[in-house]
Amino acid sequence: MAKKKLKRLALHAICIALCVIILTPFLLVLVNSFKTKNEAARMNLSLPTTWVFSNYAEVIDKANLVNGFLNSMLYAMVATIAGVLLSAMGSYVLSRNRTRFNNLIYYFLICGLFFPVNYVTLVRVFNWLNLTNTRIGIILVFTSAMIPFCVFTIYSFVETIPKDLDEAAVIDGAKSTGLFFHVILPLLRPTLMTCFILQFMSVWNDFLTPLYMSSKGKLFPMTMSVYQFFGKNSSYWNFVFADIMLTILPVLAVYAIGQRHIIGGMTTGSVKG
Amino acid sequence: MNKRKIYPQWFLLLPLILYVVFFLFPSLLGVFYSFTDWGRNTAREGLHFVGLQNYIDIFTSNKNYAAGILNTLKFTLISNVVKIIPALFIAILLYEGLKKTGIYRTIFYLPSIIPFVIIGILFRSIFNFNNGLLNAALEGIGLGAFKQKWLSDLGVVWKSIYGVDAWRGIGYVMTIFLAGLSAIDKTYYEAARVDGAGFWQRLWHVTLPMMRGAIMINLVFGITYGLKVFDIIYVLTNGGPGHATEVMTTYTFQLYSSGQYGLSTAFNTLLLLLTAVVGVLIVRTMSRNEEV
Repeated sequence: MAKKKLKRLALHAICIALCVIILTPFLLVLVNSFKTKNEAARMNLSLPTTWVFSNYAEVIDKANLVNGFLNSMLYAMVATIAGVLLSAMGSYVLSRNRTRFNNLIYYFLICGLFFPVNYVTLVRVFNWLNLTNTRIGIILVFTSAMIPFCVFTIYSFVETIPKDLDEAAVIDGAKSTGLFFHVILPLLRPTLMTCFILQFMSVWNDFLTPLYMSSKGKLFPMTMSVYQFFGKNSSYWNFVFADIMLTILPVLAVYAIGQRHIIGGMTTGSVKG
Repeated sequence: MNKRKIYPQWFLLLPLILYVVFFLFPSLLGVFYSFTDWGRNTAREGLHFVGLQNYIDIFTSNKNYAAGILNTLKFTLISNVVKIIPALFIAILLYEGLKKTGIYRTIFYLPSIIPFVIIGILFRSIFNFNNGLLNAALEGIGLGAFKQKWLSDLGVVWKSIYGVDAWRGIGYVMTIFLAGLSAIDKTYYEAARVDGAGFWQRLWHVTLPMMRGAIMINLVFGITYGLKVFDIIYVLTNGGPGHATEVMTTYTFQLYSSGQYGLSTAFNTLLLLLTAVVGVLIVRTMSRNEEV
């Protein structure tokens, strides 16, 4: 018994050590975001001698963060809602009606899990479609890029919904669209939530798409604003850290709210092997 | 009942169009352009076919582009080894040894929700030679001799990148392993214990075979992530010192920025080829699993 207790204690010690390694950088950002420029330049973990709360107000103004926040919110919200809904419609039909053709389409879409986006030619396509430097263009890229992952995840979940339901609803007089939107979609909620949360965070965190697709500052999401600000003010660690805090707060909030959907749903259907 | 009527085919239309127009078509167009001299001057001088010249340039030019390809492969291999193996053991320890693990899981997963750009900037502070937290900590515990120029010393820079990458990714990999572990029927372990199997025997004969799915997922995500890695390297080192940490995607971006679009798409096409090989292998195993 004593041996077992000792073992458990050792395990806790290992886990706590790992937590310290993971959390220390976050603590570093937090304490330094309240320091003066000179104090923050030392980049250590000591508490600020004077708490400079105005760092935040100043960086919001200097780094154009309101604009960045609104862009990030718009991209992540619209692209993710559209992407998840369209993927749900697609994977529903692919999973329910498995013709040879539809199976082919499924694997065709899944290929997108592996392929890299070619941004250079995408810029070209944007030119042709008059989407250069537009918000709608950036949103379309995000939406398209998440389709393979969402289809992959939702497809296997659709299988768990009994087909009898469809037939019963049709006998009761439901139209095909009504069947999907009123019967199936509500049942898909857990997997849709998982996709929404994971994809929302990945759009929010994305850096490569705006790097290629937007040359105008007013289109930048928060990640780009931070990077630009860091490039110009790399000696103002107090502002950089405050900027980092403000950029990660929204994803932290989404994580706090949606955590159980991530961990529960990330692997549904795919880990059974 | 008529399946086509209940499950309307037009549901597929929009996702397919978007996927083709904004994802697949640009990739294929890139294959076409990789055989041309497409560049900043094309509007003035016209587009010319150059055959395999871009590919020949990649492998033979004095710019050492080929090293970027090797670096990509090296990163894919090593970054996955240093994440998957520790994550597997942490997951097993957590799962077998402790009852309440919720708070640990939450914290371990935390770094993987943070944007790479932020992590890059953050670690440029931590790795700072004079004031950075890491060197200060080493000095603080009397290991000042191990102080390093973490991001500018050729012998250390890759290790720093792997370290940051593992800091971010281990929790993610571990979460998938935990989901895999919780799906294993407990009776297998009891049977193994009755047979007197030790930790390693149980790992080899029960855990690993039963976790095929989770291992597969981690490999798929890990390999495709590794081949396409960009953000973390761009922000931490921007390919430096010199060109020591360039990978395929950083070259793609550099060549795009300098207006050599043809060469840039050639790089992307090589990456497409690499991921396609990996993808075909994986999809084939997946569809074979389904038949069984």
